[in-house]
Amino acid sequence: MSASEGAAEHGRTSGGGGAAGLRAEVWDNPAAGVFAGVESTPGVGKPDPILVADDVTRTFGGLRAVSVDHLEVQRGAITALIGPNGAGKTTFFNLLTGFDKPERGHVVFDGEPASGQASYTLASKGMVRTFQLTKVLAKMSVLDNMMLAAQEQSGESMWRGLLRGWGSQEAVVRQRSLDILDEFNMTHMRDEFAGALSGGQRKLLEMARSLMAAPRLIMLDEPMAGVNPALTQSLLGHVKRLRAEGITVMFVEHDMDVVRDISDWVVVMAEGQIIAEGPPESIGANTAVIDAYLGSSHATLTEEIITGHVPTATEIDGATDG
Amino acid sequence: MDWYVIISNTLRGGISQSAIIYALAAIGLNLHFGYTGLLNFGQVGFMAAGAYGLGITTDTYGWPLWAGIVAGLAAGVVLALLLGAPTLRLRADYLAIVTIAAGEIIRLTVRAARFSDTTGGSNGINGFANEFQGWNPFDPSAGYGTRVFGELDLRYNGADLWEHIVGWALVGVAMLVMWMLVTSPWGRVLKSIREDEDASRALGKNVFRFKMQSLILGGTFGAIAGMFFAVSNNSVQPDNYSTPVTFFALTAAIIGGLGRVAGPVIGAIIFWMILAFTDNVLRQAVGEEYIPRSIMESTQVGQVRFMLVGVGLILLLVFRPQGVIGDKREVAIDVRK
Repeated sequence: MSASEGAAEHGRTSGGGGAAGLRAEVWDNPAAGVFAGVESTPGVGKPDPILVADDVTRTFGGLRAVSVDHLEVQRGAITALIGPNGAGKTTFFNLLTGFDKPERGHVVFDGEPASGQASYTLASKGMVRTFQLTKVLAKMSVLDNMMLAAQEQSGESMWRGLLRGWGSQEAVVRQRSLDILDEFNMTHMRDEFAGALSGGQRKLLEMARSLMAAPRLIMLDEPMAGVNPALTQSLLGHVKRLRAEGITVMFVEHDMDVVRDISDWVVVMAEGQIIAEGPPESIGANTAVIDAYLGSSHATLTEEIITGHVPTATEIDGATDG
Repeated sequence: MDWYVIISNTLRGGISQSAIIYALAAIGLNLHFGYTGLLNFGQVGFMAAGAYGLGITTDTYGWPLWAGIVAGLAAGVVLALLLGAPTLRLRADYLAIVTIAAGEIIRLTVRAARFSDTTGGSNGINGFANEFQGWNPFDPSAGYGTRVFGELDLRYNGADLWEHIVGWALVGVAMLVMWMLVTSPWGRVLKSIREDEDASRALGKNVFRFKMQSLILGGTFGAIAGMFFAVSNNSVQPDNYSTPVTFFALTAAIIGGLGRVAGPVIGAIIFWMILAFTDNVLRQAVGEEYIPRSIMESTQVGQVRFMLVGVGLILLLVFRPQGVIGDKREVAIDVRK
């Protein structure tokens, strides 16, 4: 099945998010094979990087939170960023997206210097992020959440907003919002306040909303955290669809099943540094990764150890309130 | 107890010049707090900037009234830029601290003897807006209006009538501007900043710019309120621009309903009707000794009515936290999830 057929089928399907999530979806992987000649060493060059970080350093007091010598993120692929708690993954995300400023170093996004740029500038240029704790706009409707995210709206100028003339653009934005909501099976919630959604639905809304911003690189900070297994499958499908549509994805994740399922490349951070890179199937055997998670005396690394735990039935129930 | 007097004074209170002033100031606060989430505790500073901008240029420098009005508007914009530039990049509470201080700084500066040549010191500036009554199409001293139901006195002289018409027209225009803006994509960005400004940034919005625009426009409504205050009294007195004015205007906005275009106007009308009603009832009750002198003197009426407004506000927030026309769903949402 091609990507476009898949999108159409998805759009037509009605029913709850759970049912949609359980349906098997197959998406093209345009990134398949691009890492063929790439060595599994930290800081290795990629054939066509969309994001290049050099010597990015951030300290909090005496703690060196992030110290990345060199990282390239391959265009059009799904790159997972993993590492133990406190490894600096979210801080690194903040530095890349302009939400925090590094003491040193520079970042290049799609050929343009990104360091020192404001977060909103980077977002409008196509580097769109989500947050570990979802940031939906609680007292705005789901549809307004979506429509807000469209870029270059002329009605966002105060004078134009006052004097009108943005009606036709608004209609286009509205239609695109409805289309994307439909793809995410959220059409029936469009008039609800976003604050009334469950945790999993908020994750879905945040991902759908970032699509409205026409991203070239989408950076997801723990998109599956606190989401029930059925919805996780649905979210995974959406991430793969992004890749099929040519959008580069970088995401932080703890769940190794998820990482192995969707990522083309895995970057491992520990103590603020990139300690390993490689394809998902080989990364668990990497000695540096094992040392980082367990200390050097252990020989094998199970997925449960990287994940921290195996989800229990009660936890899954807790996340299944939508 | 003369209920005709009480009722007619209550109605007059609801449409009085004071209600107009507070409606305009509260419209600005509603844009700041109700739509953008900006905590402006110094709206009175914008009112003073407008009033003194007008008073100083017309009286001290002899400009015509229309030029004074332009100067008053400009003073409000400049104040917004001065307050916003250092604080709008910081957390919301910094703006609150800076605005509350700025309001007091302005009041103390204009009443200082050092500047009395320009600002009139504690006497203020008087008699600079005669031109306004010169524009009056009605005869200022003639009586207009009628008694309703035989006794209900709804008569105004021409000067008062002119002020009421101009004032409510200003409120109407301000409401129209607000409605046009909050239903636009611009208004949508403001609401997103109120909800979570990092989310707004992550979606490519220049949060600082929108906050600054909101601060300037809301401050301009405050400056217009101050100028209307100055012109309708034909006088600017520094002590009319003290800190509680901001909080009364905020009270009006909360009574009516934050985040609603008509909320602050309805709130200001209700606020001044309650004040007029309690004032008249208490004054008559004390005068006719329904309330014994041992409990309350007539000189205490002015303070007691504000206590009653405070009690009323508490009851409102308990039983109708969204205000008179607010949306119940908005206060029911648990934003911590």
